[in-house]
Amino acid sequence: MKADQKTLSTITNILRQHVSKEAKIEASTNLEADLSIDSLKSMEILAAVEDAFDISIPINVLSEVQTVEDLAIQIDKLLKETE
Amino acid sequence: MGLFDKFKRIENSLKDLSQYSDSFFNVVLEQIISSTEAVINGKTTILAGTNNYLGMPHRKECIDAACQAIKEQGTGTTGSRMANGTYAIHVELEKELSHFLNKKHTIVFTTGYSANLAVLSTLVGPKDVVILDADCHASIYDGCKLGGVQVYRFKHNDVEDLEKRLKRLSNKADSILIAVEGLYSMLGDRAPLKEIVALKKGYNAYLLVDEAHSLGVLGKNGRGLAEEQGVESEVDFVIGTFSKSLGSIGGYCSSDYEKLELLRFASRPYVFTASSSPANIAAAQKALEIIQKEPQLRTRLWENAKLLYSRLKEMSFTIGPEPSPIIPVRFKEIPRAFAAWNGLLENGVYVNMVLPPATPDGTALLRCSLSAAHTTEQVESIARAFESIKNLA
Repeated sequence: MKADQKTLSTITNILRQHVSKEAKIEASTNLEADLSIDSLKSMEILAAVEDAFDISIPINVLSEVQTVEDLAIQIDKLLKETE
Repeated sequence: MGLFDKFKRIENSLKDLSQYSDSFFNVVLEQIISSTEAVINGKTTILAGTNNYLGMPHRKECIDAACQAIKEQGTGTTGSRMANGTYAIHVELEKELSHFLNKKHTIVFTTGYSANLAVLSTLVGPKDVVILDADCHASIYDGCKLGGVQVYRFKHNDVEDLEKRLKRLSNKADSILIAVEGLYSMLGDRAPLKEIVALKKGYNAYLLVDEAHSLGVLGKNGRGLAEEQGVESEVDFVIGTFSKSLGSIGGYCSSDYEKLELLRFASRPYVFTASSSPANIAAAQKALEIIQKEPQLRTRLWENAKLLYSRLKEMSFTIGPEPSPIIPVRFKEIPRAFAAWNGLLENGVYVNMVLPPATPDGTALLRCSLSAAHTTEQVESIARAFESIKNLA
């Protein structure tokens, strides 16, 4: 399953504000291993993502999220549910 | 891949941390002297890292009650509450807790952890939503996980953030349960319960408050934060534990909902575990009686808490947001926190070392906790020990 490009791009822009300027962010980038996003930072990022899409993300889905694209796929699913 | 390979990260972390302290992972209380002192590494040490807020584990009345219960009823029940494990003493304590908390129904569980596990895994299900404070205890998270409910976190004590989630989720679930704690175990701060109650009413949600650290500590009669903030009747489910201010082991859930009783039949952590031993229940009963008779214990606890808080503040440590029997002292660097923890132990004071990710803000914490049983001299000794490691903060 592929993520919507618009979703991916919004998430990437949010991530850029929370990680170092040099960090390379692609769909396959691992949030924890490549971007060093810890549990505290992840909460800030998720809050920003939630506000950007006006949704709430259940923590239950986070166990399936490792990469930027994984997160985008979960957001797409949640957006579909709210339609 | 071997079964234990998944623990590689933990193993590596332990290896990293062991360079700072040999004893950190192996602290043994070799001899318990009192509620506030024990022998550690052969040395008498002040205990300032427990949850022993009122000194109950060493109260003669509690010890006598526990001994009497063992003599009369044996050392263990050997069965679950639903089988042969409900003794008259369990039922008595349920009635006493209901009376104390002004709630109609109470269920006693084997531990505080299992109280949250039992209630949250059963009361709410996959069609419901739980919105919990991000700093809630692991037992709340675990209970939700076991029951498969959709879980959403709001920023710690941030009422606006909670409302944002309530707005988004109010039409998307059968029921919404908000879960918060009375006094948070790491930062020692209170939940803004009045504001949360207002939101609960506005969005037709249920409210669960875990008063594990606030029972016997907050409120005129020691009933917790809901009593202190005058909102007891608005709390749908009160969770508590016997292992802190009551100095025993066990947990409870109290509610005015008559159907709470159905949880006894539906909740696996209630049905499939052995009940608390008669000694634990008898000690909790006696401690509950003492809490009601001796409000001066709470006064003493708060005097000690305020004294240490002001001493640490005078020394410019970065401490918790408000005076509390739980005082976190922050250290930005983990090696310095370890050095400070070791330094305190060498100066005869034991506190809890809390490391990320268990800390709410990613820093290392030395968690101090006070007891009504601490003498003023002991509190001053704790402060002096902190003075000696001030350069590490």
